[in-house]
Amino acid sequence: MTPAGALAGIGRPVLAALASLGRIAIYAAQTITHLVRPPFYPREFLTALMQVGWLSLPVVGLTALFTGGALALQIYAGGQRFSAEAVVPQIVAIGMVRELGPVLVGLMIAARVTSSIAAEIATMKVTEQIDALVTLSTNPMKYLTVPRVLAGFLCVPLLVAIGDIIGIMGGFAVGTGQLGFNRASYIQNTVNFLEGSDIITSLIKGAVFGFIATVIGCLYGMQSGRGAQGVGAATKNAVATAAILILAANFILTSVMFGQ
Amino acid sequence: MIALQGVHKSFGPNRVLRGVDLTIAKGTSMVIIGGSGTGKSVLLKCILGLVRHDAGTITLDGQDVSRVERDPFLARFGMLFQGGALFDSLKVWENVAFRLMRGAGRLPQDQARQIAIEKLRRVGLTPAVADLFPAELSGGMQKRVGLARAIAAEPEIIFFDEPTTGLDPIMAGVINDLIREIVVEMGVTAMTITHDMTSVRAIADSVAMLHQGVIQWTGPIGALDATPDPYVQQFIHGRADGPIAAVR
Ligand SMILES: Nc1ncnc2c1ncn2[C@@H]1O[C@H](COP(=O)(O)OP(=O)(O)O)[C@@H](O)[C@H]1O
Ligand SMILES: [Mg+2]
Repeated sequence: MTPAGALAGIGRPVLAALASLGRIAIYAAQTITHLVRPPFYPREFLTALMQVGWLSLPVVGLTALFTGGALALQIYAGGQRFSAEAVVPQIVAIGMVRELGPVLVGLMIAARVTSSIAAEIATMKVTEQIDALVTLSTNPMKYLTVPRVLAGFLCVPLLVAIGDIIGIMGGFAVGTGQLGFNRASYIQNTVNFLEGSDIITSLIKGAVFGFIATVIGCLYGMQSGRGAQGVGAATKNAVATAAILILAANFILTSVMFGQ
Repeated sequence: MIALQGVHKSFGPNRVLRGVDLTIAKGTSMVIIGGSGTGKSVLLKCILGLVRHDAGTITLDGQDVSRVERDPFLARFGMLFQGGALFDSLKVWENVAFRLMRGAGRLPQDQARQIAIEKLRRVGLTPAVADLFPAELSGGMQKRVGLARAIAAEPEIIFFDEPTTGLDPIMAGVINDLIREIVVEMGVTAMTITHDMTSVRAIADSVAMLHQGVIQWTGPIGALDATPDPYVQQFIHGRADGPIAAVR
């Protein structure tokens, strides 16, 4: 391969990635401008709340529970190496609330919600339902995108809060049931150690991730190619993009909020 | 009046429309015929602005459709999509009443439902289907629900993309009569795409044949059979051999 060919080989995917990022940014900005201008569709919003929030609870709860438990075991085992096993409650709390709670919930939402939004909207696209909406003087952005994104933005922080609590409970169950911690002091340590700012940053991450997951699902659905293949590709790409952007956003938010 | 001049539309290398010139007078019924894949559906979508044409002008009552305000423009139209395009998250009657329950002159729910049921009856569907979901209906029934939705708000211009495809001959007759009736009684301007020559004769005031991206022939329905145009003759008689290749 010539040097120029190699450069082109690197440049092309980079340019393509930048172009997608640009499209996502534009779409996100459009969503926000539509968010504040009527008409609003309360019924679609309620359906989206159900889909994004309520129906995600089992997945979020189970993920957090097992992770909290595993975290407690790891911190205990790792802490023993320098006689610091007593910090299990504090590290579980901070690990769940600051990082694992938001990230895991964000990724589960990408898997569950981004995929279903992308597949649903892509199917509407390929079956001309989006065209039909437009001819019936209904803006797909307002009717389909805004309710879903708003639901994601509002629900995912709540899901993160619930995930944080359940994760800590998972750590508590393992810590007190298996590792011999005292129940009262485990709770005491957790509560004393966590600061309000930890919880707020957790919720902020949740809101950002919820926004990303739903915007990406809608955008990739709307951009879907034709036929069943188009729907499949839209769904797959939406989930991968949402997951990567959530992890990248998490890194940025962590650096901004906790960086020295 | 709808007027198209030199309308071009390509999808990548696929040059679908290559200079379409066509006028449809107000209150008349134009039928578009042509082989499948020749761009008939794309043509309707260009007029509605669902697909942006690359070149040429499309005007409605003298106004360029790409410059008009979208909401009032679209409110004048009803469209039956080729595949029905029903919203599968909504019940049949909610599909039909979709426009009635939104926008400026929105109707209360029970009134919109009454109108929806009345429109369903006009396309030969019983009130029992009103509360079903589109996925519970056969293809032909979905098509008719789509038709009911297109006429529900009594628009002045209606596009029918293959209204009788997938229907039995009796139901096709009912739909042909309905379209004719809408044009004659309500003064609607209609554009219908069909492959069904019975439909053409029942519905059309004039006919246009789209072939290879241009209007190959257009004229009043009375002139259709007499035209010497070999493309039209091959199409209306359904011959395998002629200027239109059977393999496309
Ligand atoms: N959104 C689209 N993207 C790419 N190609 C399209 C699109 N819509 C239609 N086409 C192509 O345009 C041509 C005409 O399609 P269409 O208007 O649906 O044909 P028909 O005359 O059967 O209605 C076909 O080759 C089709 O593949
Ligand atoms: Mg078609």
